[in-house]
Amino acid sequence: MKYWTMKRALLIVFIALLAILPWLTGSDYYTNLASQVLIAALFALSLNLLVGYAGLTSLGHAGFLGLAAYSSAWLMLNLQWDHASAGAAALAGSTVVAALFGLIALRASGISFLMITLALGQILWGIAYRWAGVTGGDNGLSGISRPHPFGLDLGPASHFYYFTLLVFLLVWLLIALWVRSPFGASIRGTRDQPRRMSALGFNVWLIRWITFTVSGFFGAVAGLMYVYYQQFISPHSLALANSAEMLLMVIAGGPATLAGPVVGAALVVLLKNIASGYIDRWIMLLGFVFLFIVLFVPNGIVPGIAKLRQQCRNKERS
Amino acid sequence: MSFWLIQSLNSLALGGVLFTLAAGFSLIFGLMRIANLSHGAYFMLGAYVGLSVITHGHGFFVALLAAGLAVGALGAVVERLILRRLAGNSLGQVLATLGIAFIIADFSLWVWGGDPQPVDAPAFLAGSTQLFGLVFPLYRVGVVGFAILLAISLWLLLDKTRLGMMIRASVDDMQMARGIGIAASRLFTIVFCLGTALAGIGGVIAAPILSVYPGMDSDMLPLALVVVILGGLGSLAGAFIGSFVIGFIYSFGQALFPDLAYIILFLPMVVILALRPRGLFGRIAA
Repeated sequence: MKYWTMKRALLIVFIALLAILPWLTGSDYYTNLASQVLIAALFALSLNLLVGYAGLTSLGHAGFLGLAAYSSAWLMLNLQWDHASAGAAALAGSTVVAALFGLIALRASGISFLMITLALGQILWGIAYRWAGVTGGDNGLSGISRPHPFGLDLGPASHFYYFTLLVFLLVWLLIALWVRSPFGASIRGTRDQPRRMSALGFNVWLIRWITFTVSGFFGAVAGLMYVYYQQFISPHSLALANSAEMLLMVIAGGPATLAGPVVGAALVVLLKNIASGYIDRWIMLLGFVFLFIVLFVPNGIVPGIAKLRQQCRNKERS
Repeated sequence: MSFWLIQSLNSLALGGVLFTLAAGFSLIFGLMRIANLSHGAYFMLGAYVGLSVITHGHGFFVALLAAGLAVGALGAVVERLILRRLAGNSLGQVLATLGIAFIIADFSLWVWGGDPQPVDAPAFLAGSTQLFGLVFPLYRVGVVGFAILLAISLWLLLDKTRLGMMIRASVDDMQMARGIGIAASRLFTIVFCLGTALAGIGGVIAAPILSVYPGMDSDMLPLALVVVILGGLGSLAGAFIGSFVIGFIYSFGQALFPDLAYIILFLPMVVILALRPRGLFGRIAA
């Protein structure tokens, strides 16, 4: 079978498996776990636009999740807005903040970019934690209901799972189209050869800024799904550890691939849930996983497997 | 009037603490180009080691020495075993140091528990002094003195010794430095060890002011980042000025607008970045 058709067949099997997953598992616990994986994957996909495709490593991305989650929750709880308008306002607001943060963070690139995004992420965390009158401080905001799209009740685990799957596939498709478009090619160009791109007449800064803003928008989408799933939001979700976890998903799975962040998200979420059943020291384990990935699988799992396949095929030929 | 004077002393003391933290960070970044995200964790570990030494009945200076040695040794091991393999891979270095930060933070929580623990100032700095009819805690005056002493010794080390000469040469032109026979890899270990030891000592210095608590690592790391971004990456003079600027802004912010202190803190960074992306004393945009 040709490589491309093989890849497509795998994708169809994968989506089919996702579609029948609630039947396969047969328990709410695993269905909920699958929803968590999909939401984390959404988030990793949005961060990957920056880390993988634009070569800009952000350590403040959890801020956009928190921004969207907090603002939609606050609008619903305090102003009694409905889900659609609160969600739309949260997405719009978070995207505007992402655009502003982009203006600040993109004064620099490389390590300085990372430090500035870290500092900006900490500001959002600080606001969530200290501005107790609005955010509830350490207690966060609770009592957030799930939406009822077209009158459907998303309370049951499988209903919510299908809703998440739908959003996930939509975002996946949008991001796939985006990175394969000519604009996507120019994003990768600014990552690999910023000077050459700029000499060719591309506006490197603008390309990066648009990518930063779009990535913030998708991060906010993930934030909405997150708050609908948890029905609760606290400063903990904006903490550096959370941004780092997302980054680990991207790096572990394979940056600049579409499958990598999904594989990485599944790995991290499953590992976290399994590990927390046995040991209390999840954070320490996370640290060791970081070291292991960096030292032994620096290019990520998906590119690693692709390389293995390539080597196998070369052996068959020779 | 007394409010301003006392807040000014608090600002200076916080600035002194920030300088012990940021000097090591800046040194490591300047030479090795490593954004050492575990720097806050070394600071906290130093504070906890100091706490343990003091609760076992030893004095404050033994605690300072023990924290500096223990954290510095750990830094040397980390550099030799992990960071060495990641030379030139800045993303890998960031992830590895973040991983180490998580391991140290969780380890500290495991060993020392989750409650904040106060540390007493050393006996000879325990009281307070009367100046202009106001009462100043003596320890905070001592911290300012220590920061100035540290700045002078670091300046002497970098400017007047052979080691400092080699460090400066390697910062300016690594390839040329290797070419004339400077063992850059050994220099990296020495500087990383020195930088983490300073963080550990900073933790003990800070303990009587801030007390020791889980999460002080992630509270202090962003402050160190803001200081070096403000002062210019890799510049000791920048770290010195930046520390006291941030010390003032944070102390007064906390006293005047307690809810917004955290936001006010990042404003100077944003302004500086908008006007001068490489920071006050930075030479090259990294």
